[in-house]
Amino acid sequence: MNFDNFEILYEGEGPLINWYDPDEMREWFRDNKRREMFDKRMSVKEAVSKFIKNGSYIASGGFGHIRVSMNIIYEIIRQRKRNLIMACKTAVHDSDILIAAGVVDRVEVAYAFGHELRGLSPASRRAVEEGRVKVLTEWSNAAFQWRFKAAAMGLPFIPARVLAGTDTFRKSSAKIVRDPYSEKPIVLIPACYPDVAFIHVHRADIYGNSQIDGITIEDLELARAAKRLIITTEEIVQTEKIRSEPWRTTIPYFLVDAVVEQPYGSHPCNMPLLYYYDEEHIAEYIQASKTDEGLKEYFNKYVYGASDFWEYLELIGGTKKLEYLKRVEQLRETPIVPWASR
Amino acid sequence: MSKREYSPSEYMICVAARTLEDKKTIFVGTGMPMIAAVLAQRLYTPNILIVFEAGGIGPLIPRLPISVGESLTFYKAIMATSMDYVMSISQLGYLDYGFLGAAQIDMYGNINTTVIGDWDKPKVRLPGSGGANDVGSLCWRTIILMKQDKRRFVNKLDFVTTPGYLTGPGAREKAGLPSNTGPYRVITQIGVYGFDEKTKKMKLLALHEGNTVDDIRQNSAFDIIIPDKVKYTDPPTKEELKVIREIDPLGLIVGRK
Repeated sequence: MNFDNFEILYEGEGPLINWYDPDEMREWFRDNKRREMFDKRMSVKEAVSKFIKNGSYIASGGFGHIRVSMNIIYEIIRQRKRNLIMACKTAVHDSDILIAAGVVDRVEVAYAFGHELRGLSPASRRAVEEGRVKVLTEWSNAAFQWRFKAAAMGLPFIPARVLAGTDTFRKSSAKIVRDPYSEKPIVLIPACYPDVAFIHVHRADIYGNSQIDGITIEDLELARAAKRLIITTEEIVQTEKIRSEPWRTTIPYFLVDAVVEQPYGSHPCNMPLLYYYDEEHIAEYIQASKTDEGLKEYFNKYVYGASDFWEYLELIGGTKKLEYLKRVEQLRETPIVPWASR
Repeated sequence: MSKREYSPSEYMICVAARTLEDKKTIFVGTGMPMIAAVLAQRLYTPNILIVFEAGGIGPLIPRLPISVGESLTFYKAIMATSMDYVMSISQLGYLDYGFLGAAQIDMYGNINTTVIGDWDKPKVRLPGSGGANDVGSLCWRTIILMKQDKRRFVNKLDFVTTPGYLTGPGAREKAGLPSNTGPYRVITQIGVYGFDEKTKKMKLLALHEGNTVDDIRQNSAFDIIIPDKVKYTDPPTKEELKVIREIDPLGLIVGRK
């Protein structure tokens, strides 16, 4: 057999981050993921200090402002982690606030530095423009999640037909080869195994068997790609519930390293079917993030000033606010949107 | 109807809605495209299928979503799935139209949403591709909605985030992108553009009411092909405006600067 004729046509200039030989990863998953069901419940403090180290490559589940584990994010800030690399695969509030807090200093970007319709992110934009945060690579959303899919399949790469011909490709770590079947150029998207992922779910048992209601976004792939996986959950349920409807399990226990229970744990983000975004709080954050002084006050009040997420929930308006966010999510009330023009 | 009764963005939304064909699939992003797709579904093309990148397929949208991932994007949908599923069916050829926005565009419909200035030392850092490169690579036809001026219609992009026709005829296929795909329309506050079949360069299809060919020249750094006889689009109707304001009662998009 001749292995020399796999012709590389183009190579992205970007550094290859958190890619490993598939055989190395097979051994890693064999040696580091216990196969038996054991109680993985722990406090958010313990989960963050145990699994997230300075310099770790992290990825957040959900979609920027949707089903994001703010409980973990605030705790990362509270523990003053430094020099983290983040997968900004449609990262919005999650990456913005971690960059603003000085926690993340390198990013791989599909989408970041914006708050969708709310406008650009003052804090993380400032950080990039002043060189305090380094963009390592560029991707598209499909390309980034296919990096997780390649990892989730135990493959070194996955072929795809996006990125070709653009500077997005040039600044990625993908390669273009001639496909031996169609003989057309094809993009090879390298696998990405984040050191730690944190995913917020609707319910999980004590072992980590998890159910997500609604769209799963990239979490099916991310859960398998990540070396360590922290599940935060709105509620802990009996394993009997999981076993009574196993087709609803989106993440099985053997992928999971920690289970943290935290109702409303995604506030101020949207937890589909449970509570809507807190637009007033997000607007307060974006306003504060326009200056370093404002950010300092924000973090002092809502993150360092709260010893845990329950205290934080009191600070943002307590039960009254949370009940309102539930009514908005159930379409029983119109949201208050401070930046709306009417 | 006098000019003051609608905003430029409402005009663009109406033109975009009328551009869609019925019984087609539409890949929709945040902002104006969402309103255009819902407007089209309610008034003109009831059998379109609206698809969101985060996994919502075929929702009946009750209120304007702020993000393409929130629960309203799969409200009464036919499927709530994953980004892998949506991007895979796009790659498979199931997505007919895709909407895009842009900070900069060139004559071949290539777009930039990544950076203004140098990539290493950005003057303005923008969000990046998001799903744009995927939509621009994989949908059969893309429709770009953007504001037009000389800083946005440029000769050379600061960064090619999403492919248009790249360097001209045949360049997409040569790069490995799916065959017979590419930008279909560019809709701005001044007019609607298409792309010349032979050269793949941008050409004027129609001006919006109250604009002139000179307005195009004043607001583009590159030459746009102008036909001998210029056509005009119809301004928004009362019915269209009524529906737009029902979809976006808070003015999250249409009332903004």
